[in-house]
Amino acid sequence: MTAFGKLVRTTAFRLTLVYLFLFALFAASLLGYFAWNTRRLITEQITTTVNAEISEINDIYSRRGLRGLVFTIGSRALRPGANLYLVTTPTGQAIGGNVGSLAPGVMGISGWTETAYRRLDDQDNMDHRALVHVTELSNGFRLLVGRDLEERRRMFGIVAKAAQWSILVVVVLGIGGGIFVARRVLQRIDAMTGTTQRIMAGDLSGRLPVGRSGDELDRLAENLNAMLERIEALMMGLKEVSDNIAHDLKTPLTRLRNRAEEALARSSSEADYRAALERTLEESDGLIRTFNALLMIARAESGQARGNMDDFDASDVANGIYELYEPLAEDDGMTLRVKTSGPAWLHGNRELVSQALANLVENAIKYGKPVTTVQPLGAGAAQGGKEILIEARREGDQVLLSVTDHGPGIPEGDRKHAVERFVRLEASRTLPGSGLGLSLASAVATLHGGELRLGDSRPGLVATLAIPARAGAGDRLAAQTQDVPQKAA
Amino acid sequence: MHESVRRAMVTESLNPVTSTNSNMRLLIIEDDRESADYLVKAFREVGHVADLASDGEEGLALADNGDYDVLVIDRMLPKRDGLSLIGTLREKGNRTPALILSALGQVDDRIKGLRAGGDDYLPKPYSFAELLARVEVLSRRHSGPAEETVYRVGDLELDRLSHRVARGKEELTLQPREFRLLEYLMKHAGQVVTRTMLLENVWDYHFDPQTNVIDVHISRLRSKIDKGFERPLLHTIRGAGYMIRDGIR
Repeated sequence: MTAFGKLVRTTAFRLTLVYLFLFALFAASLLGYFAWNTRRLITEQITTTVNAEISEINDIYSRRGLRGLVFTIGSRALRPGANLYLVTTPTGQAIGGNVGSLAPGVMGISGWTETAYRRLDDQDNMDHRALVHVTELSNGFRLLVGRDLEERRRMFGIVAKAAQWSILVVVVLGIGGGIFVARRVLQRIDAMTGTTQRIMAGDLSGRLPVGRSGDELDRLAENLNAMLERIEALMMGLKEVSDNIAHDLKTPLTRLRNRAEEALARSSSEADYRAALERTLEESDGLIRTFNALLMIARAESGQARGNMDDFDASDVANGIYELYEPLAEDDGMTLRVKTSGPAWLHGNRELVSQALANLVENAIKYGKPVTTVQPLGAGAAQGGKEILIEARREGDQVLLSVTDHGPGIPEGDRKHAVERFVRLEASRTLPGSGLGLSLASAVATLHGGELRLGDSRPGLVATLAIPARAGAGDRLAAQTQDVPQKAA
Repeated sequence: MHESVRRAMVTESLNPVTSTNSNMRLLIIEDDRESADYLVKAFREVGHVADLASDGEEGLALADNGDYDVLVIDRMLPKRDGLSLIGTLREKGNRTPALILSALGQVDDRIKGLRAGGDDYLPKPYSFAELLARVEVLSRRHSGPAEETVYRVGDLELDRLSHRVARGKEELTLQPREFRLLEYLMKHAGQVVTRTMLLENVWDYHFDPQTNVIDVHISRLRSKIDKGFERPLLHTIRGAGYMIRDGIR
């Protein structure tokens, strides 16, 4: 019963009922119109026939008198399917015709009347109905001519029956169809509801069933699935952030605490305390940096930074970062070079893209030294192996910002792993730095709809931020590209 | 921390640090009692006068009436938040420089803060040295050389129009970025300028590089302007940043 109640409450079923009512109304009015017109037509036919007969009989009466009239009526009344005739004397006595009895007083009314009657030769002793016309002849004699209404009644009966049946069929088909449609929709909605309830209960991997018809429900399910996909990714990100916060912040916090404890227990001179405090400060600065990096990644991951995007040239970013890091690289015995080929316009957060590129350059300076570092310092700077190349270029509908070094690189098997959010390679965990550089770069690329690719520069690593170029962002932006050459020139 | 900075500054430069920045009147609007007290005490120790307001309404009333050199405003305050406070002040025509302190350190929050009328933005947690340097640069009393076309520190001369730099009679050749770095340092001659301030104002980046990029730029600049000269002008202020000044005047 509750299942039926649920069925009856569905939108599909209610809509069916509305349509059902409308169709029934339409069928009824159509049949009604038909019935009324038929009736009118039959009545008209009767009056025309009767009128013709009356004028004929009047003609006979005026030519041949009462006797001729009675004779004519008598012969006409004997024909099969004859009309009704009655002639009465001024006293009301019947002197001819085929009508046995009439409703009282009918003969007294001149003109058209609908009345009950019986024929003289009737066997069934039943009243019939007829449409009759009464005229007064001279001398007070009265003439009645009429027609039985049986035909009209039968016609009406047929129409009424048709109306009953058609309405019955409409109702049965309508309700049946409604239940069928409602059940189909209800089944799919129930399936969706079941899945969403499972998802709400915590199983984020659940997905809505998508049919093959591509109808509106399928499209809805597809969209909801895409949304679930995103939510799952966000939740995973959040979980990973908290895991990483736990690891990356608790470790230095423990160190911090241990040092403070040790200083309290062991330090004897002011210099000892001072040294301990300085190390504490350093450690907490490092903590703040890690914390900021984690927050930044989480923000980029969740797409919050999208509010602050505008158009900029990736070549400018490459030049800016080159300019910032060139002295540092040189100090480290490396050569930093930059190569740009024309403007490469992006729509995005310039600050974040700059930071992502800066992280890649910092990584290259830190880890990108050739494996065999036995050359004397002076000669090393000119060596091709110590070169780091920043490159910005447009390729197809993508802008590529890449940093190439000639260090040990990342083994092929580890690369995919390294680009994954928040994953740090075991090899880099032991090296200084927060180790979140690649994670942030990858998060920034994802935020801009692109990706961070790691490749092999034989030997060494090519880290590339591949971000969709601005022109692909839409027509409005494409229109703006017209002034790009001017800007670049 | 501030104490060590102060000591460092005193030992590095011959004049006491308070002589250039003495008696700034500051208003600190901060609801956390402990940080507020710490700030007031720290500012007083380096020779400034600091008043304290603990909520947005009180802060607005004080800032509106008092004649302060710099306002230090926490972004999240009871009764009235920091951004609306600054907005209201600016609407009233009060142009007192304002520095916003905020736990929201992201780039877009920063931009929001500056759009609301703030003059500088410092994410929490900050070091007092950083805050002090920024407040002193913001102070109206030190907007002096900003409009001049030629900056001079000792015998070092920088012409902002012709982009010419000379030390004594010797012409120096600087890269464009080195020129801008020196220009910023000389604009704030006698004031401590932190690494972050340089990164923000000379390079226009607001992220925190993990390495000592700025130090390398400074040492390059130093080798051009100080190397071979008897008196160094570009000083490192330990625990804070850099300062350009003529030691003996």
